[in-house]
Amino acid sequence: MKNNAIFSLKKVSKVFPGVKALDAVDLHLYPGQVTALIGENGAGKSTLVKTMTGIYQPDGGEIIFNGKPVQFHSPHDSHALGITAIHQETVLFDDLTVAENIFLGNYPMTKYFSIDWSTMVTRSQEILSSINAPMNPNQILRELSIGQKHMVGIARALSVDAKVVILDEPTAALSHHEIHELYELVNTLKKQGKAILFITHKFDEIFALADRYTVFRDGRYVGEGFVKDVNEAQLVEMMVARSIDETYPKKDVNIGETLLEVVNLCHTTEFANISFSLKKGEILGIYGLVGSGRTEVMQALFGTSEQVTGTVKMEGKEVTIHSPKEAIDNGIVYVPEERQKQGIVLELPIYQNVSLPQIERLTKNGQVDQEGEMTLARQYCERLQVKASSWNEKVMNLSGGNQQKVVIAKWLATNPKVIILDEPTKGIDIGSKSAVHAFMSELVDSGLSVIMVSSELPEILGMSDRILVMNEGLIVGELSRADATPEKVVSLATGGIVVC
Amino acid sequence: MLRHFIYSREGVLSLIVLVMFFGVGAINPDFISLSNSISIFNDTSILIMLALGQMMVILTRCIDLSVAANVAFTGMVVAMVNRYFPDINMAFLILLSLLIGAFLGAINGLFVWLLKVPSIVITLGTMSIYRGSTFLLSDGAWVNSHQMSASFIALPRFEILSMPVLGWMAIAAIIIVFWAMKFSVWGRNFYSAGGNPMAAFYSGVNVGKVQFYAFLVSGTLAGLCGYLWVSRFAVAYVDVANGFELQVVAACVIGGISIVGGVGTVVGCVIGALFIGVVNNALPIIGVSPFWQMAISGLVIIIAVIANASSDKNKARIILRKSDESADSAQVN
Repeated sequence: MKNNAIFSLKKVSKVFPGVKALDAVDLHLYPGQVTALIGENGAGKSTLVKTMTGIYQPDGGEIIFNGKPVQFHSPHDSHALGITAIHQETVLFDDLTVAENIFLGNYPMTKYFSIDWSTMVTRSQEILSSINAPMNPNQILRELSIGQKHMVGIARALSVDAKVVILDEPTAALSHHEIHELYELVNTLKKQGKAILFITHKFDEIFALADRYTVFRDGRYVGEGFVKDVNEAQLVEMMVARSIDETYPKKDVNIGETLLEVVNLCHTTEFANISFSLKKGEILGIYGLVGSGRTEVMQALFGTSEQVTGTVKMEGKEVTIHSPKEAIDNGIVYVPEERQKQGIVLELPIYQNVSLPQIERLTKNGQVDQEGEMTLARQYCERLQVKASSWNEKVMNLSGGNQQKVVIAKWLATNPKVIILDEPTKGIDIGSKSAVHAFMSELVDSGLSVIMVSSELPEILGMSDRILVMNEGLIVGELSRADATPEKVVSLATGGIVVC
Repeated sequence: MLRHFIYSREGVLSLIVLVMFFGVGAINPDFISLSNSISIFNDTSILIMLALGQMMVILTRCIDLSVAANVAFTGMVVAMVNRYFPDINMAFLILLSLLIGAFLGAINGLFVWLLKVPSIVITLGTMSIYRGSTFLLSDGAWVNSHQMSASFIALPRFEILSMPVLGWMAIAAIIIVFWAMKFSVWGRNFYSAGGNPMAAFYSGVNVGKVQFYAFLVSGTLAGLCGYLWVSRFAVAYVDVANGFELQVVAACVIGGISIVGGVGTVVGCVIGALFIGVVNNALPIIGVSPFWQMAISGLVIIIAVIANASSDKNKARIILRKSDESADSAQVN
């Protein structure tokens, strides 16, 4: 087998405002070989896929295909060269048929300039049965299961004469049975001489499928090599090893009585058997990969999700939480991950955002007490050091970090006992990050308890008193601050077994 | 196939239209005579053509509120050209109406495409501008039937196989749009761009350009309808088709074109328009005030939207493996 890469990235960079998503990374794909791309959440894997498929244009570096430098101005350009990707997020059309989803953008035509539906249907059938996923090509996509949709996505990638196939976490939503079929498919593609990029978190997949590996960390290239030359421990070390230039302002706080107790919380489809407790003054870190059910559990605690069974106790008493209002009344507040969507009203001024959850309390004789709102906002925003010209300023004019502080101020103003922070520092700059961290320490110092959901390993390890690890809707491990190591946490979260 | 149609929204809607049609026929048999049926269709032709254009716009997650103003403006221009040049070739005049309509539609489309302005804002603005320009152009004066040439008035009325040309034009528009929406890449792009714009972009579809085309077609059809309207009613004035854009949107919504884009068929759109046409024609016959027509259309729109909303159930991500694994083990047994 010749070792000439068909597709290479050399020193490719991609910068978003405030974030260097890719920093001079290298990647090489070889015909007939599977290359696994490994990295934590936020390592830049999905950005890389979008750069390879022409959705993003790189800010620096070279893309080389078949020995020649190429530029992709649109997804069309990379598609034309035979580079296809199965993206992590759905890029399918729920209201169109299976056949049309497979051929959209590349319809078979009759000689009368008309879409050839019958060819489309027969070829769809062929492709689907070749990947062992027989289904009716005329069915509307909406009616299919997630696994079936995934197979349609794969069929779509194979409908063109693909030379490079990119699979971005293809097994994330599949059942065991479906994963097994996918493995066979990848092996078939390999035999056909296609170059395959397989992006995954799961080590068993890497060792089962891949010939080569490349590791990214924080948008940087860490290393590559042959899978046969490494073991799991070495890969984990490459993924998580980092220079300790971030320090976490974790203070030792006297941890008190059990405050919140969750017993056997279950959801019909998203999570099961969730039991944990939270003590007064404790920071409980919840780690898991994206899609492990972390956020869903927190939303259930905050009363925004239906189909939930189980018991929640606050200070020993059982409480029912069916709506955010009941959660707030019981002293539980939730600062969501998607702060622009769920946390804040961008068009409203800061003070109105802060007073929003208690607007009823601030209303006298049917009139909102604006002075009261202002006082509340001043009190909490000053405490959090929100930087704004006045509390009357619209939230949309603030930086991401300050927006995050306004969300926290809003919830703090309700005098909660438990504050749930979902990805509290996602997408904000280093300065604001450490301010949020320092503030978390202050919160627990003042007697609150914090549940912090995060995909950032250093943050979890640096801030938590105790860490719960979730995988596929279940709690798979609990580690004390002293016991937790990056390797143990990652290994649990990716479905491995703690070896140490 | 037939079974599938009967259970689809189009099938149910056709059934309702047929029940109404024959129900009124039971009261007044003349209503369901062939000649009256043709006349109802003919009456609805302009609504059908405008609804077809509107359907394409709505499919791409936009809306065109300026169609009726476009009808008035284009109608006024061709009526005035005809008034000053009575011997002008009718083919040229129709071409003119298409071009003016296309131009007005292109203005909407370019704003939406290049400046990314929400279409409801743009077309609300151009609606007033086009209507106002009609006034400026005519100085508020009417063009009456005696100022129109004989052929100008006669063309849409000319009967082929007992149906006026107006009706045939609607049939031609239905066939062309049906073909395009089903068999051309250009037409399929309306569904992908509206159904999932991000995925459409990933698939190499230029979503903004598709929206531009939708407005272009909507405008072009509105231009043609401008001529047809003033010729049919033999008068052109500023308030021609005033408020008609709401009936056009109503026809689409009743016909199952999803207001959030990506879903809708030509058949549904035509039946939606016919529904309004039948109601409009039937009410005077059974002695109900035409004001009920608005109330009935309104009620049907609300029912149609509720039916749409309840069919979109919340979908969970399904993280747990439990159900899948039990299915797997069931296979083993």
